[in-house]
Amino acid sequence: MALVSLTNVSKTYPAPDKGGRAVVAVNDVTLDVEPGDVYGIIGYSGAGKSTLVRLVNALEPASSGSISFDGRELTGLPERELRSIRLGIGMIFQQFNLFNSKTVWGNVAYPLKVAGWSKTEIAARVSELLEFVGLTDKAKNYPDQLSGGQKQRVGIARALATSPRLLLADEATSALDPETTHEVLQLLKRVNREFGVTIIVITHEMDVIQSIATKVAVMDGGRVIEDGDVFEVFSTPQNPSSQRFVATVVKGIPSPAELAVLRERHEGRIVTISFRDGDASQAAVFLELANAGLEFELVYGGINDIQGRAFGHLTLAIRGSDDATEAALARIAERAEVTEAA
Amino acid sequence: MDRLFELGSEFWVAAAETLYMVAATLIIGGAIGLVLGVVLYSTRPGSLLPNRVVFTVLNVVINFFRPIPFIIFLAAVQPLARYVIGVGIGNDALIFSLSIAASFAISRIVEQNLITVSPGAIEAARAMGAGPVRILRTVVIPEALGPLILGYTFIVVAIVDMTAMAGFIGGGGLGNFALVYGYRQFEPAITWAALLLIVIFVQALQFLGNWLARKVMRR
Repeated sequence: MALVSLTNVSKTYPAPDKGGRAVVAVNDVTLDVEPGDVYGIIGYSGAGKSTLVRLVNALEPASSGSISFDGRELTGLPERELRSIRLGIGMIFQQFNLFNSKTVWGNVAYPLKVAGWSKTEIAARVSELLEFVGLTDKAKNYPDQLSGGQKQRVGIARALATSPRLLLADEATSALDPETTHEVLQLLKRVNREFGVTIIVITHEMDVIQSIATKVAVMDGGRVIEDGDVFEVFSTPQNPSSQRFVATVVKGIPSPAELAVLRERHEGRIVTISFRDGDASQAAVFLELANAGLEFELVYGGINDIQGRAFGHLTLAIRGSDDATEAALARIAERAEVTEAA
Repeated sequence: MDRLFELGSEFWVAAAETLYMVAATLIIGGAIGLVLGVVLYSTRPGSLLPNRVVFTVLNVVINFFRPIPFIIFLAAVQPLARYVIGVGIGNDALIFSLSIAASFAISRIVEQNLITVSPGAIEAARAMGAGPVRILRTVVIPEALGPLILGYTFIVVAIVDMTAMAGFIGGGGLGNFALVYGYRQFEPAITWAALLLIVIFVQALQFLGNWLARKVMRR
């Protein structure tokens, strides 16, 4: 059974001023997050992803549709009951949202106090969490004495305090430099693997999805326009918006402008061969070209690894007789996708 | 100058009266102002406990009383003071009126400082399942504590200023002392002695407030 299940969920905000239009932030979204998933939701700012994630822990009420968490329907529940449900859902934020008036220890202890734990239980749990995120020596420091990466680690420890089954990460790495982003993502991976916490990751950066997500939904204009297995979406994005996101991390088929540059620099026929895990191996393709007596050069592209599966696009400049090229490409096309440069 | 030494003991009594009036007003008016400010903050639309009726009424009442010059307010609430604390003149009547006036001013200062608390911190607390009253008590007020102390320091200086009007309804204090023994008896030295002591009080209070705020805000 899905841990989080959204069915035809919409969220509309009233018009900001009189005579204005109501704002539809989330529009008829249906998606399921299974236990153990790292579910990425990607979209440009304003796509509705932050609103969507706030519907999951009911910080915002949905305008219509049904949202369930762990089998319980959230829509229509009174605030008091929603609060007890929120204890079982952790959340981390882009701006960390730590309590500046409390020490690292006080921040991590806060949700436990809300949950009504005893002092000794809190002390044990907080030291355990600080050790997990590697901040034991910072327990008595205040947030403004920490670096961005350390702050987010405090945020993660705080969010995990009550051992939630679900962690919501709202642009959790967007305020961090690449090095720290990597650290935090590795930590989230450990949270997912070691504690089995299901994670929903909101981001506008495709490399975040690439490095930790198992499934992904692409949002645009409040709608989920594409979703599925990360490998599928990366290797064969169906939607123009998804393709743009994929192109930010994967060198795919060269754009017309890039192609013009390639043509200037290389003679022969320019062809892109797309590989997917399980298709023909590169070796087989290159062997085919060599056997046909063709000269070829790799001019663009690359191979990517997503969740241990490889895919990629290699653009070649091929020189040789037209007939031989045609025949070789036909044989390759039986096993891998061949795209002629337009 | 000689006259000042003759009046020595009365001067110190006046100083003690000023301190008493300031302290009492700060405690009573400060507490009421804190409550009103928190109510104003939390009932405004979109806040933790939005309530349009409470917010609007309180907002209008505070806006009504706040611009009234204190010396007129003092006269206007005299019957109320007589009714509530049994006396319409003297230091205690002044404390009564001043506490009311100060609580309105303090409520605005409290409201303004609470508004500056990061919505993100509040959202984080909500996401952890904390209720609105707990959030006010354990997140909003502690997060705003430093600026709140500075706000209270600002208001306590204004309270020192207003206690000088105690003489108007038969009270004492340094302001009254300066008027009665200095100004009316053509003894500028006495006026200046009272004035200097008031300045010293204000400096000390400001220093204390800054120090406390710095301690709370750290660095």
